[in-house]
Amino acid sequence: MAEFFNEMYEAGQIRAPYARLGDWTEAMPAELRSLKQAEAEALFRRIGITFAVYGEGGDPDRLIPFDMFPRVFTHAEWRRLERGIVQRAKALNAFLVDVYNRGEIVRAGRIPAHLVYRNEAFETAVVGFTPPRGVFSHIVGVDLVRTGPDDFFVLEDNCRTPSGVSYMLENREIMMRLFPALFRENRIEPVDGYSEALRRTLASVAPAKCDGEPTIVILTPGPLNSAYYEHSFLADLMGVELVEGQDLFVEGEHVWMRTTRGPQRVDVIYRRIDDAFIDPLCSRPDSMLGVPGLMDVYRSGGVTIASAPGAGVADDKAVYTFVPEMIRFYLGEEPILQNVPTWQCAKRDDLKYVLEHLAELVVKEVHGSGGYGMLVGPKSTAEQVEAFRERIIANPANYIAQPTLALSACPTFVDEGIAPRHVDLRPYCLVGDRVELVPGGLTRVALTEGSLVVNSSQGGGVKDTWVLAE
Amino acid sequence: MILTVHHSTRYVYDQPVRGVVQSHRLTPSLFDGQRLIDWRVLVSDGTAGGAFRDGAGDWVASHSAHGPLSEITVTVEGQVETVDLTGVLRGHRERVPPEAYLRETLPTRPDVALIELGREALADAGRADALERAHLLSVAVGQAIAYRPGATHAHTTAAEALGLGEGVCQDHAHALCAVARAQDMPARYVSGYLHATEDGTPHEAAHAWAEIWVPGLGWVGFDASNGCCPDDRYIRLGSGHDARAAAPIRGIARGQGRESLDVTVAVEAAQQ
Repeated sequence: MAEFFNEMYEAGQIRAPYARLGDWTEAMPAELRSLKQAEAEALFRRIGITFAVYGEGGDPDRLIPFDMFPRVFTHAEWRRLERGIVQRAKALNAFLVDVYNRGEIVRAGRIPAHLVYRNEAFETAVVGFTPPRGVFSHIVGVDLVRTGPDDFFVLEDNCRTPSGVSYMLENREIMMRLFPALFRENRIEPVDGYSEALRRTLASVAPAKCDGEPTIVILTPGPLNSAYYEHSFLADLMGVELVEGQDLFVEGEHVWMRTTRGPQRVDVIYRRIDDAFIDPLCSRPDSMLGVPGLMDVYRSGGVTIASAPGAGVADDKAVYTFVPEMIRFYLGEEPILQNVPTWQCAKRDDLKYVLEHLAELVVKEVHGSGGYGMLVGPKSTAEQVEAFRERIIANPANYIAQPTLALSACPTFVDEGIAPRHVDLRPYCLVGDRVELVPGGLTRVALTEGSLVVNSSQGGGVKDTWVLAE
Repeated sequence: MILTVHHSTRYVYDQPVRGVVQSHRLTPSLFDGQRLIDWRVLVSDGTAGGAFRDGAGDWVASHSAHGPLSEITVTVEGQVETVDLTGVLRGHRERVPPEAYLRETLPTRPDVALIELGREALADAGRADALERAHLLSVAVGQAIAYRPGATHAHTTAAEALGLGEGVCQDHAHALCAVARAQDMPARYVSGYLHATEDGTPHEAAHAWAEIWVPGLGWVGFDASNGCCPDDRYIRLGSGHDARAAAPIRGIARGQGRESLDVTVAVEAAQQ
C-alpha cells in the first residue's frame, strides 16, 4: 500500500490545478495557520454544524474535523465525473421504474430475480406505481474514490437519503470567509446554487393533483437524529418548512401541515426518515415518526415522497454489482465510471477466494453503512482477520469483498505540517425534470496517517472541494 | 352461489379521539371465481380519501375522520356471485412477482419447528409436483395446530402458535405461509369471508387462509383451518405478506382514548 496517487503531485511536479495552492501554503506561517484553524472551528461551532455518531456514545455534538487544505479538480476532470454520475443516476432510476413494473431486466436475465424481489428494500406496496416523472431517487449520492490521474471507481450509490451535502456548502462558506484572496486568485465554480436546484427539483416532481405552486416540506425524525442539523439547514436555505410526523396529517385525498393559520396542503415531502417509519399503518404501528395514511395518499397520487418508497432496492451492496449492467441495459451506453470489482460471499467460488485472500481485501456487510462492521484486511491484525473470518463463515450472504484500493491522497494540514492523507468524494446528483449536479461534493479525508477509512464516525474529516472554471 | 354479506366494525373510544385514519381492503377481488352484484362500504363519519388498485390486485380505499370522535363504524353490505374454482385464483390481474412472496415477516418467520414441520410433511413426497406438495403442507399445518378460539391473539406469531399447538385461522394461515416459504414456495396471507356451513364445522365468517404459488396454475388457496381449498363459499378480499399487510381494515386513531372493538359478520346464501 506504499504506492498511491498524490493529487497534488505528478512526477515530482505540482499538478496544474494545485499550482496556486503551493504558493499559498508557502506564504502561510505556522502561527497564521493555527489562527485560521481556530477561527474555522469557532465558525463551525457558531453555525452549530455538528455530527452525532450512531452507536459510539460520547459527545453527540462533536465537530467533524475540517481540513483547510482544499481538494481541487480541473474542469476536464469534473466534466467526466459529472457525465459518469448523471449516467449512473439515470440508470438507477430506470432500474427502479422497471423493477416496480414489468421487471424487464430480470426477465432478460441480466440481474438475478432474488436479489431484487427478495430484497428487504423491495416495497411490494408500490408495485405498479410510477412516481411523477418516473423518478424514485431524487438525490443520488455517489461515493467515489480515485486511484490515478484518470482512474475513478464508484464505491457505492446512495439512493435513499444521502447526507452530508450541508458540509459541502458549509466548507465552502467557511473557506471563503477565512481565505477570501484564494477565491480571487483561483476561478472556482460555485456550489451555492445547490439549495435552489434542490428546491426546483422537488417542485418539478409535484403530483398530478397539485395545481399551482407546490408546497414542499422536509420531514425529519427530529433533533435526536445525527443529520438533524442538515435537515434544518436545507429547510432554511430552500425556504420550506421543517416538519416532524406529528406536524402532518392525512385528511381526504391529501396530506396537510398544521400551521398557525390553519391546515396547509402539502404536495412534496422530502423525507429524511426510512421507509419502515413513513406510515405506521403500513409498517411499524408503534412508530411515532411517520404519518398515518401517508402511503395511501402517495399511491393515489395526492403527494410526492422523495426519495420514493422502495428506492432502496437500487443501492444495496449486492445490487451495486449490477449497475454497469443497468447502464448498458437501459441506456445502451458503456459505463463512464467503473465499479470496484466485488466478490459476493453468497457465491461459493467467491467465498472461497475471499477466505483465502482475507488479509488483502476490504470486506463489508451487504446492508451496512457508515464504515461499521467492515474489515480492511491489510490494516488489521491477524486476530482481527480471524475473528472476521468466523463472522463471514457464519453468514456468507451478509458479506461482499473488494480489493483494497490504493486511494488517492491530498495534502492535508497535520501537526507536523502538510502531509498526504487519503480521500474519497461524494457528489450529489439531483434528478427531477432534469438531471444535474453542482460542481463539487463532499471530500472526506482519513486524518490518521495511512488510514483508508474516511467515515466521520471513524475519525474522518472533511475538506472543501473545488472545481476550477474553464 | 350468491352470497350476501353484512359486516359491521364498530370502534368505540373511552375518551374522544382527535381523528381517525383508515385504509380499507374491503372490496372483493376481481377474478373468475367472484362477480360483484352489489357492494357498498359505508363509514359513519368523515370523508373518503384516495382509492386505487394496488400491485397485488386489491382495491384499497382510504378514509379519514375529524374528531372529537367517540366511535366510528364501518359497514360493508353487498352481494357476490361465487363459482367454485377449487382454490385456483384464475383471471386475477396483479403485478407483484411471486418471488416477492418468499420474504419472511415477523409473524411468519420460521423457527426450527416450522421448518421441520414442512420437511417432514414432504419427506415422502418424492417427485410430487408443487400442487401436491402444497396440499401436504396445508394438511400438516391443520394437524399440527388444532382449531381453538381464544388460545392465541392478534400478535401471535406462526412459531408461537405451533408451539401452543392451538390457534385460529390467522395462525393457520401464518404457519402455512411460513412452512411454504421455508420450502422455497411463494406464499401469502389472504383475508376474506366464509359462508356458514350447517354441518357444525367450526368456522369464522371473517376468515383468512393462505395462497401458495403453483407454477402453471398460479396462486392457489389453501384453508388449513378447514382442510380444504377455497370454493364458492369463500369471498376473497385481499392479500399480503401476513395478517397485518392483508388486513381488511387498518386504522389509527389520534388521541389518548382506549379503543374497543365490536365486529359482526354475517354471510348468507341468497339462493342454493
